[in-house]
Amino acid sequence: MKHIKTLTNKTLKNTMKNGGCGECQTSCQSACKTSCTVGNQSCENNK
Amino acid sequence: MIHQYKNNGYNIVMDVCSGAVHVVDDLVYDIIALFEEKSEDEIVTALSKYKKEDVLEGISEVKALKEEGLLFTEDEYEEYVTDFKQRKTVVKALCLHIAHDCNLACKYCFAGEGEYNGDRSLMSIEVGKKAIDFLVANSGNRVNLEVDFFGGEPLMNFQVVKEIVAYGRSLEEKHNKKFRFTLTTNGMLLNDEVMEFANKEMSNVVLSIDGRKEVHDRMRPTPNGKGSYDIIIEKFKKMAELRNQTNYYVRGTFTHNNLDFSKDVLHLADLGFKQISVEPVVSLPEEPYALRKEDLPQLFEEYDTLAKEMIKRKKEGKGFNFFHFMIDLNQGPCVAKRLSGCGSGVEYLAVTPWGDLYPCHQFVGTEEFLMGNVFDGIKNTDIQSEFKLCNVYAKEACRNCFARFYCSGGCAANSYKFHGSILEPYEIGCELQKKRIECAIMLKAAMEE
Repeated sequence: MKHIKTLTNKTLKNTMKNGGCGECQTSCQSACKTSCTVGNQSCENNK
Repeated sequence: MIHQYKNNGYNIVMDVCSGAVHVVDDLVYDIIALFEEKSEDEIVTALSKYKKEDVLEGISEVKALKEEGLLFTEDEYEEYVTDFKQRKTVVKALCLHIAHDCNLACKYCFAGEGEYNGDRSLMSIEVGKKAIDFLVANSGNRVNLEVDFFGGEPLMNFQVVKEIVAYGRSLEEKHNKKFRFTLTTNGMLLNDEVMEFANKEMSNVVLSIDGRKEVHDRMRPTPNGKGSYDIIIEKFKKMAELRNQTNYYVRGTFTHNNLDFSKDVLHLADLGFKQISVEPVVSLPEEPYALRKEDLPQLFEEYDTLAKEMIKRKKEGKGFNFFHFMIDLNQGPCVAKRLSGCGSGVEYLAVTPWGDLYPCHQFVGTEEFLMGNVFDGIKNTDIQSEFKLCNVYAKEACRNCFARFYCSGGCAANSYKFHGSILEPYEIGCELQKKRIECAIMLKAAMEE
């Protein structure tokens, strides 16, 4: 495309099928302890 | 839903509900702002400053992405996430309050200098073992279990930390579990023995330091009023090196006293730390160091300054991670995780030194949130149910917010602290979170070049 560069086209909708396994890290165990940081975490199944 | 913004010369368009992110030129940026409200002809007329054929070309690109489900998608997850939240849940993480005691007297401590509005107390090995048993018994088929050693200052009870780790490890094979231990420490009692142990057993270590010496010493004094920076700094540097500059964070708090906190982040980077987290204080307005709404413009500028400096340093080969700018656009969490919250009160619980269970470390000491204890299990299931149904769709303020797939509805403890309800987000926290997401995505755009 001439005018648009897509940084990510991974759609959240696709994660509805196999998501929700719960093996991922709990957000507060990483560093924060005072906020909610979910978007920066990795999916355990993609590691 | 679209969120579009300009930052550092980049025009960024987030298609919020699909998670797609685009960098566009000025033309398409302007087209997208009009696309849903106006017809093609009206857009051409409204954008007469551009050539007509260019506008038509831009419109066709926007249409193509819309057809691919990467622009103007709708939120269709509410039913899915509500069902997901009603499923049978397991406990997967515990925050162990190893010591309700501390050897510092940090002014902003939400734990009231480690005591959580109660008495000084250390966790016994009996309580620690029971907590591990409780976690294993309530974790279902989940393999990875997380245990954070927290306080107060957990190293004031280091022997029990070691014994709990040994006990946890002894159960792994039999129960098909894998413990990931983490330690949060102020560094005062950090020594070679602790470092060696932590580097063998802890998957992550959080080292508390606020940044510049004068900033750190002002808020993190010893009980006799002296600064603690000089006591900890060399130890933290050594610890970071021993961990190969990974799987740790130096973690600070900024307050109204250091609104120029980007300098604190860069101070830590200049010292050689590669994993840095400096986060806003969360305190009620009556505290002199509390962040106020009028501080927001300056704080936004600070995040922008920091982001630009990070790009510069990365290009010079001196990059570092800033925890609150980390974002995983390609392999990030599934939508269920993104919308269902941090897991407090359900998957994540805090354990006091005497074994009581609370929804998270920040609720410890607030008696109405006492859920049970590690000996008898969860007794107050009403609290568990309340937290279980806490998701972004249950929060009016989150329903139309572009950040909802990144912050997951924010911190329940912060909501309660400011509004007496876990469903009403803390506004200053939200504004800062939104700014950080914008910066984090801009950083991704810059790094793609």
